[in-house]
Amino acid sequence: MSEREAILGRVREALRIPAPLPGHGERKGSREFSRWLPPVGDSLEAFRAASAELRTDFRLVDSPEAALAELRAAEGWKKIATHRGELTTPACASLGLPVLTVDSGYDVQDLEACDAGVTECDALVAQTGTVVLTSRQAGGRALSVLPPHHVVLARRAQLLPDLPAAFALLKERYGANYPSMIALITGPSRTGDIERILVLGAHGPKKLTIFCL
Amino acid sequence: MNAFVRGFKEDATRLAGDLRHRGLIQAALNKYYGARDVKKSKYQSWEDARQAAAEIKWEAINTLDKCLVDFTAKLEARGTRVHWAGTAEQARAIVLNIVREKKARSIIKSKAMTSEEIRLNDALEHAGFEVVESDLGEYIVQLRKQAPYHIVFPAMHLTRGEISELFERELGSAPTDSPEELTMIARRALRSKYIAADIGITGANFAIAETGMISITENEGNARLTAALPKTVITLLGIEKVLPRLEDLALFLPMLATAGAGQTLTCYNTLYGGPRQPGECDGPEEYHVLLLDNKRTHLLADAEQRDALHCIRCGACLNVCPIYKNVGGHTYGTTYSGPIGSVITPHLRGLQEWKHLSDASSLCGACTETCPVKINLHHHLLHNRRNAVRQNPVWWEKLAFIGFAFIVNRPVLYDIGKKLARIGQLFHPLIKGSPLDPARAWTKTRDLPELAEKSFHELWRERR
Repeated sequence: MSEREAILGRVREALRIPAPLPGHGERKGSREFSRWLPPVGDSLEAFRAASAELRTDFRLVDSPEAALAELRAAEGWKKIATHRGELTTPACASLGLPVLTVDSGYDVQDLEACDAGVTECDALVAQTGTVVLTSRQAGGRALSVLPPHHVVLARRAQLLPDLPAAFALLKERYGANYPSMIALITGPSRTGDIERILVLGAHGPKKLTIFCL
Repeated sequence: MNAFVRGFKEDATRLAGDLRHRGLIQAALNKYYGARDVKKSKYQSWEDARQAAAEIKWEAINTLDKCLVDFTAKLEARGTRVHWAGTAEQARAIVLNIVREKKARSIIKSKAMTSEEIRLNDALEHAGFEVVESDLGEYIVQLRKQAPYHIVFPAMHLTRGEISELFERELGSAPTDSPEELTMIARRALRSKYIAADIGITGANFAIAETGMISITENEGNARLTAALPKTVITLLGIEKVLPRLEDLALFLPMLATAGAGQTLTCYNTLYGGPRQPGECDGPEEYHVLLLDNKRTHLLADAEQRDALHCIRCGACLNVCPIYKNVGGHTYGTTYSGPIGSVITPHLRGLQEWKHLSDASSLCGACTETCPVKINLHHHLLHNRRNAVRQNPVWWEKLAFIGFAFIVNRPVLYDIGKKLARIGQLFHPLIKGSPLDPARAWTKTRDLPELAEKSFHELWRERR
């Protein structure tokens, strides 16, 4: 007998005796997550407030080119990385910097040496200040986490109220064939492992900037 | 008394009187309490959310066979290799096989309590492989050759000074008292490790049956790098990690963050559904998922305590436990410490050897009250005590209770007992706290309250 069958056999044997229901033995069966989670109100204001708390740099912009150029000057970027996309390609090209485009493969050392990774996203979640992106549509797994600065180019229409809406969108968009990675990114990388004192940029990006058109 | 009990008692006695340790833990936990309370208060109904979370985990665990079959079928359909391990030994052998087959030189790991449970690092290092823990707290305790102190905050017992000295000694860095600089030292030291590693090993927070995905929650980004850069990635998880549906995460991810660390949502919540797929530019060529039983089915078979498998390892019960706060995480001598550890360790590693953890409880119920999935923790501590005695009765305890019942059921005898106790009390100071004292466990460090001159019964009779 394979180990799989042995374990499943033990599970089935164990489950022959029913377990008491949780809590006070009742089963409410309610799944109205949105009614219990923190309220959202105006999505844009909520996203702005969450970003401020998380130290995400969130800005509404008219032109991604101009916003990126300003950031580039402020940060002194020398080389950036991005993926092919309707927003990312023209915006990154306009900077006149060396741009590493990851879509058809890349060298990890090259990506590590970039000052920023510029990506698009699937959605923004107002409730939590979260960026939702996938390996298929935002340049794979490493682009958004290896460079020290992650810049997201998003559209206003991508702003969703809460997490239940975000998971509904993922199901609708990818339900037939999910990408190998879906990332919910909530602020720049952080740690509190030393005396519970917050430090940004533990292993992932020290800065997260979201330009919303 | 077995060695585990002796070790527990010695360490507990030492740490309960260690004011420096107490100060450190209290300071860390006070920050947690503040943040957690703020975030909890933002919920429209934390209580309804808890009930729903408990019901969803109940559903997952009570249909575990179906959930596991669905989960693995979906994973395999997209090219993941699924392994099943009945025991810790089998799990180690499976990982070692993969590592050897890939001729790996270096391995990067993100946080996985299951790997502590099966002592994976020891096995890999013994076989000659370099394994580096990438979570900052885990990296620190690995450099100190220690076990994690806490499920969520592995290095909570250390000061920045101690960490600076450690880095100075092990990494040759300059001393500093800035947590930020210390974090950057670790960041620089680990960057090259991610890039050089042939194998990445991760844990998992949830396994989604509906879509065949692993969900990993973290703040630092180390798990994301671990799952992105190496050519082969292995995820270890206990079979109880399943959730039925993808959308269940909309409830569990924020609840885990709030209960575990006082956050609205943890920085990175990432779902992995397989190796690199066609059209993707990176990700591992091979993805392995290892499902571990290691006596979880033993706990599953105990219907009364089955809900202990609902645990999402948020660590909230540790943070509120008066025992944990006094004796600290290492004292338990187990992978899983605190109330949840005291409940499940007897199932995973033997009731008679580990029943003492269920005695180390004030039964205050703070753990049950805080648990986001409503595990009946403090009652399970009582269940363990009862089961331990049922399985292995202690003759003198039994005799003592028969005697006690005989006396309290007979008012005349009880009355005599009271009078004798008042006389006996006069002589107690002679032996107080000494090995002759029957109440020594108490009187060693405390006074025994004096009996009242008159009992309630006597006062009542006088008043009438």
